[in-house]
Amino acid sequence: MSERRKPAFKLCLYIADHTPNSDEARSNLTALCARHLAGRHEIEIVDVLLHPERALQSGVLMTPTLIKLLPLPERRLVGTLGRTEAVMLALGIEALE
Amino acid sequence: MKQVSSRPTRSRSAKQIPARVARRVAQEKKGALGAPRKKASPTSRSTSRTSSKNSGIAKEPTGIIGFDEITGGGLPRGRSTLLVGGPGSGKTIFAMQFLVNGARESEAGILVAFEESPDRLVANFKGFGWNLAGLRNSAITFVDAHPSSELVQTGDFDLEGMLAVLGAQIRRTGARRIVFDAIDIMLALLPDHAARRREIYRLHDWLLEHKLTALITAKGLGDESSATGKDSFGFMQFMVDCAVILSHRVILGVSQRNLRVQKYRGSSFSEDEAPFVIGAKGFDVAISRSLGRGDADVTVERVSSGVERLDTMLGGGYYRGASVLITGFPGTAKTTLSGAFAEAACRRGERTVFVSFDSDGTEVVRNLTSVGIRLNRFIRNGLLRMVSARTITGSAETLMVRIKAIARDQQARCLIIDPISTLSKAGNELTAHGVAERLIDWTKADGITLVCTSLLDEMASQANGGTPLQISTLADTWIHLNYLVQAGERNRGMSIVKSRGTAHSNQVRELILSDTGVTLADIYTAGGEVLMGTLRWEKESAEQVANEVAVVAGELKRVSLDAEEAVLEVRAKSLQTELAAKKVEKTLLSRTTESRDKALTRGRIRMGELRGADVAIKERK
Repeated sequence: MSERRKPAFKLCLYIADHTPNSDEARSNLTALCARHLAGRHEIEIVDVLLHPERALQSGVLMTPTLIKLLPLPERRLVGTLGRTEAVMLALGIEALE
Repeated sequence: MKQVSSRPTRSRSAKQIPARVARRVAQEKKGALGAPRKKASPTSRSTSRTSSKNSGIAKEPTGIIGFDEITGGGLPRGRSTLLVGGPGSGKTIFAMQFLVNGARESEAGILVAFEESPDRLVANFKGFGWNLAGLRNSAITFVDAHPSSELVQTGDFDLEGMLAVLGAQIRRTGARRIVFDAIDIMLALLPDHAARRREIYRLHDWLLEHKLTALITAKGLGDESSATGKDSFGFMQFMVDCAVILSHRVILGVSQRNLRVQKYRGSSFSEDEAPFVIGAKGFDVAISRSLGRGDADVTVERVSSGVERLDTMLGGGYYRGASVLITGFPGTAKTTLSGAFAEAACRRGERTVFVSFDSDGTEVVRNLTSVGIRLNRFIRNGLLRMVSARTITGSAETLMVRIKAIARDQQARCLIIDPISTLSKAGNELTAHGVAERLIDWTKADGITLVCTSLLDEMASQANGGTPLQISTLADTWIHLNYLVQAGERNRGMSIVKSRGTAHSNQVRELILSDTGVTLADIYTAGGEVLMGTLRWEKESAEQVANEVAVVAGELKRVSLDAEEAVLEVRAKSLQTELAAKKVEKTLLSRTTESRDKALTRGRIRMGELRGADVAIKERK
């Protein structure tokens, strides 16, 4: 464990009900956060089928989309979040040894 | 979704609608009166609307000049259309025009922009005068879908989110037209071919479910092989109900745009490539008059050609609405003849457009002043508009569209194009004839009298007896100007090759330009000789001199005869007098002789008496 305090992560995942891609993304994200961001993250899951206005508001058109709201800068990741290295690099998460 | 799809059945006529639509609606009403009227159902309106167009499916007009005619009404309503084209081929403009036209007919639309941000689109389309900013909030909804450059792709994704957003927008605005601009951008983000195909079908199903009239644009090279081959979205062409291909080629440095309807399920359509132009007001697809359209009105009204003798040769002038072709070699006064026509038209108070390809408008005006054709005052009062087409570059189609726009703007009744042969210059050989045909078709339909000049190339001139444009077969009146080189000088000869529906003189006339104007003179034809210019003048004056000499000689002869007569008369008189004198003399003589005889006799008797002789008296007796 690194000694430095990592900033808190605020993430928002936009999904479309239980489509295969959305389900995959959800489980990928949960797994990733549990492994690397345990205790210092917050995930909101938005179902665009139920809240299309929220998707429009944040300009999310492809599902699933993950938006890293905090720490800044904001980052957008599209897809199932299957490529873990790319996801971690994009989110600025250092891999744990 | 029910409430969305039922929206179009709302009466549109209650709102402000363009005249074109109003006319169509009126026609339907007319048709409905004759035919037994069916029970009105929400869908019967849409079918009856296109039944007059002879096609099975309902159509949504795009408002694009020419395109609605090619497809017999527009895009298939409630179905999807794919618009394929290369870069800069006009896909977005086409799509935008489709939406703007819908908005004008109170039909809301959505634009999903994958390539450009809505703000940029609005800015780009300001130039067309469509006022997107004004429409934006109400009639056209922009959905910004262009992927940000920082977007990180982490695996497969789908478009459910977009469709959910769009579904919400449709519920909010009641949109019935939707455009996906540059869908290839989004498809490229998908990891594999299967995913692309899956998303396309997802989109397609969604569109069908919502009964939206959709237009999907995608990049392609325009021809089928490349579009369906390696491009992953090629199969879209099989899926959609209508596919339109835009192509943009450069032929000998001249840009040529073409539009072709590749397929149209459930409808007939014009299958050929139709040239189009992106003009100041958007798309303008060139179409020839279709067979079904009515003929243009014809009139027997004559308009002066500006040259008095020419009018008499033509039996009163050109027909109004006719197309007149003036051909000739360079310098045979083609421009002058068309200038004379322009002046005559303006004198009648008719609005006129003079398109000059060879020289600037001001130059033309100055040059025409030298032959007594003064156009300046008409330019000042706005009757005449000089257009120097040297400044207009581009294909024959572009020129045609610009000329059309200018003529409409000027509300021209007379149009002069000098020379029309410019249309067929390099790069335009293939299209020029079609353009010329449509030009004549358009002027006839609008009742515009068209005078165009055409340069005859020395090479192609007399051999085929026509201009490279083959416009001569289309023109109603064909005036040919020629040179006659004789005795070291060139003279202009004018003849009417043809003039439909007009008894015309078949004689060649000499065209004389002077500072007082254009006049025609009979050429000298005698003893098989055709003389013009100085020779004609010489011959004429020689004849005149000879005539005068003859007259004088005759006079002289008469005078001398008079003199001789007088002399003879005098002689006759003097002889008569002499005769009278002789007669008198004779009488006198006889009288004297008698009296002398008497005196002698008397004397003899007296002497006898005195002498007493008697023999002598017997001898004497």
